[in-house]
Amino acid sequence: MPIDVLMPALSPTMEEGTLAKWHVKAGDAVRSGDVIAEIETDKATMEVEAVDEGVVEAILVAEGTEGVKVNTPIARLAGEGAASAPQTAPASAATPPPAQAAAQSPPPAALAKPAPSAPARGDGVRIFASPLARRIAAQKGIDLSSVQGSGPHGRIIRRDVEAAKPGARPAQVQASTPSAAPVAVSRPVLSLQQMGIPEGSYDLVPLDGMRKTVARRMTDSFRDVPHFPLSVDLEIDALLAARVKINAALEGQGVKVSVNDLVMKAAAIALKRVPEANASYTPEGIAMHHHADIAMAVAIEGGLITPIIRAAETKGLAQIATEAKDLAERARSRKLKPEEFQGGTFSVSNLGMFGIRSFASILNEPQGCILSVGAGEKRPVVRADALAIATVMTVTLTCDHRVVDGAVGARWMQAFKGLIEDPITMIV
Amino acid sequence: MDFDVIVIGAGPGGYVTAIRAAQLGLKTAIVEREALGGVCLNWGCIPTKALLKSGEVYEQLGHLADYGLKVEKASFDFAGVIARSRKVSAQLNAGVGFLMKKHKIEVVEGEATLEKGQGAPKVVVALKAGGSRSLQARHVILATGARARTIPAVGLEPDGERVWTYREAMVPKAAPKSLVVIGSGAIGIEFASFYRALGADVTVVEALPRILPVEDEEVSKAAQKAFERRGLKFRVGAAVKKLSKSKSGVEVALEVGGKAETLAADVAIVAVGIVGNVEGLGLEALGVKVEKTHVVTDAHGGTGVPGLYAIGDLAGPPWLAHKASHEGVHCIEHIAGLKPSNLTAPIPGCTYANPQVASVGLTEAQAKEKGIAVKVGRFPFKVNGKAIASGETEGFVKTVFDAATGALVGAHMIGAEVTEMIQGYALAITLEATEAELHATVYPHPTMSEAMHESALDAFGKVLHI
Repeated sequence: MPIDVLMPALSPTMEEGTLAKWHVKAGDAVRSGDVIAEIETDKATMEVEAVDEGVVEAILVAEGTEGVKVNTPIARLAGEGAASAPQTAPASAATPPPAQAAAQSPPPAALAKPAPSAPARGDGVRIFASPLARRIAAQKGIDLSSVQGSGPHGRIIRRDVEAAKPGARPAQVQASTPSAAPVAVSRPVLSLQQMGIPEGSYDLVPLDGMRKTVARRMTDSFRDVPHFPLSVDLEIDALLAARVKINAALEGQGVKVSVNDLVMKAAAIALKRVPEANASYTPEGIAMHHHADIAMAVAIEGGLITPIIRAAETKGLAQIATEAKDLAERARSRKLKPEEFQGGTFSVSNLGMFGIRSFASILNEPQGCILSVGAGEKRPVVRADALAIATVMTVTLTCDHRVVDGAVGARWMQAFKGLIEDPITMIV
Repeated sequence: MDFDVIVIGAGPGGYVTAIRAAQLGLKTAIVEREALGGVCLNWGCIPTKALLKSGEVYEQLGHLADYGLKVEKASFDFAGVIARSRKVSAQLNAGVGFLMKKHKIEVVEGEATLEKGQGAPKVVVALKAGGSRSLQARHVILATGARARTIPAVGLEPDGERVWTYREAMVPKAAPKSLVVIGSGAIGIEFASFYRALGADVTVVEALPRILPVEDEEVSKAAQKAFERRGLKFRVGAAVKKLSKSKSGVEVALEVGGKAETLAADVAIVAVGIVGNVEGLGLEALGVKVEKTHVVTDAHGGTGVPGLYAIGDLAGPPWLAHKASHEGVHCIEHIAGLKPSNLTAPIPGCTYANPQVASVGLTEAQAKEKGIAVKVGRFPFKVNGKAIASGETEGFVKTVFDAATGALVGAHMIGAEVTEMIQGYALAITLEATEAELHATVYPHPTMSEAMHESALDAFGKVLHI
């Protein structure tokens, strides 16, 4: 009776490994305890011992194969009355750790051919989905091939389609663009317990809508958008002086302009001067935006939101300051209307008030750039080969390389730097 | 480390959890202070079913003429009825013992207390045989179950003579001639049904406005009518003011609609809910959160104390054996690192009176409360061929669908053997079936289950046999 030798789990968290080396070949006789193969995981290389006696009938997984799932048959032994012996050979462990025991317990047949984690799409292969999930998908116009199932064996169930967005069909959009990688399947996530953090040693805060949105959008953006940062130091003494004058002039109107308002204004003007930076990538082409709609990141209880100053290039500083104050206040009391935070062509995120010197934000899709503003602080600078003191602010522009190449980003930074360092040019 | 897992309590929650743990390769022990199988198997689900079967067969004898049959001078041997029920429990109790042995689960007989241990709490067992044992495991699962709720302030506590809980009601020396059952949940109704079948004068008292209050309102009403046809009496919306004992029996002072009333009977059965067995385990010292006699747990049975879990009745309602087993399996699979995703399955509820009541999912009222626009189907057994042939035409099948999606959200049945049929609807809800699948399924003819098909058809205006 032939016995399958299964890919062993060498640690509780192991899901797959590389079959590094075979020590036997078809036709070899093996005895219990013989080293038959070496398995490599991300952590270690370990030897696999035979537990059954017999003759190697076939090697099922070739040497050097990566990503072999635990419990996949890797070889077949023509056994000699050893049918009752255990089928895998986790070398140690009298009492197997739970996860390992679990990995062994399902009948091998169920795992022999691990199903692809997402059904093949658009090629007639069956997508497993519950009747209710199918109906809700049809009602909401959701393409099931774009939905990741969370039910038994990856079956798509009600909650999966309820969480999905109508019209979402990432697989096809991605496939139509030669440069894009196939859409990432949600990766298997181990529980904290499996990673060694016992239950009960922490409190679980439920994910609210904002947290889920932040998590999803940031993950998608950071993973799928090829991004790079550009940093530059700005001397802002002139800007600060100008701000004092501007605020003195505006005192009668009860408006106070902040450094961030000046930054947004300068960013909007720089976008008009370097319009290639005011762009969004779409599979159909590059969208060159007509206006500089500046989204400003506002930290609020439990997350953040980015209300928008529309067509900021057309607005005066007083108006920008007034709008920004109103938007930020209503953002904190969660009273923004959707149209006030959806859209935007360019983002500004400012952590200067926390003393952060420089940072690189994650792009806010579909915007081509986001500007991260650090703290303005007195730093030594070199002028005419002599040390001097200036108030310096470091800003970092994160760019979507699909629309904003390095030189474009640099040209924008140059324009921006000119405006900030010589603020009078903003009104030219 | 003595064990990977110690389960405390060998009821349907605990012993099933232990079996699954052993199957997953975990070295497992189970602690039981009384009898393997717990209340379910020794004092609850199983022995009552034996009693009810005796009652039902005896009641059937009264209707033999309807079937063209004749029997003369039918009677019963009460001690024999009780003895059969005990024998059934004993057989299953031995069966659990066999299962423990087969899965190499160590049974520790005694009462467990928890103390601070390494990782998971240490389990100290005061052994039945004397002495004590201190055991350390990686994981401890509490499955200590629950017991009858008593309210001593108004006399609602058993005295073993004239005031019973389910436990005393299971093994009386003689059948009472008259009986007051306080509480009309499944337990109260089942005992009322059994003793009525044997000829007792039975009155059921319910504080809420209708009997079987967790069931769909239409089912509650139909059940009350059906039971009244069998001679059961009901006082609903009746608050018990005082239960007092006299030499010959009990007196129950009630307030019904603002008016005082008194019921007199030989015996009273207290069935006013149950409370979790949280005492004596040392939970407080470990910082386990207990609310209303139930241990507070997360989605996988975790108590917040590292390595300590709670499942089943102890972890809160519904207090049902199958819910305990289901939670236990989920808990241990989660501990073992599998990713069980079964806790969204609805839990069916059954009442084994005559006629039977079974339900799963939401009642019509609950669905509406959730803001679901519903489509409701009904089909009576009185026009079902098999029901007519069997002379069991009482009852109906009611189905509740979400009008927007066609999802089956609840099903409610009353009639003969409906407890055996409800799993069909439970499966449908678990598989997220819509009306389309229920309509497309072929139901065998002639069966009572055809009414399940017709009810689903009726909800969408397609009923055939009305």
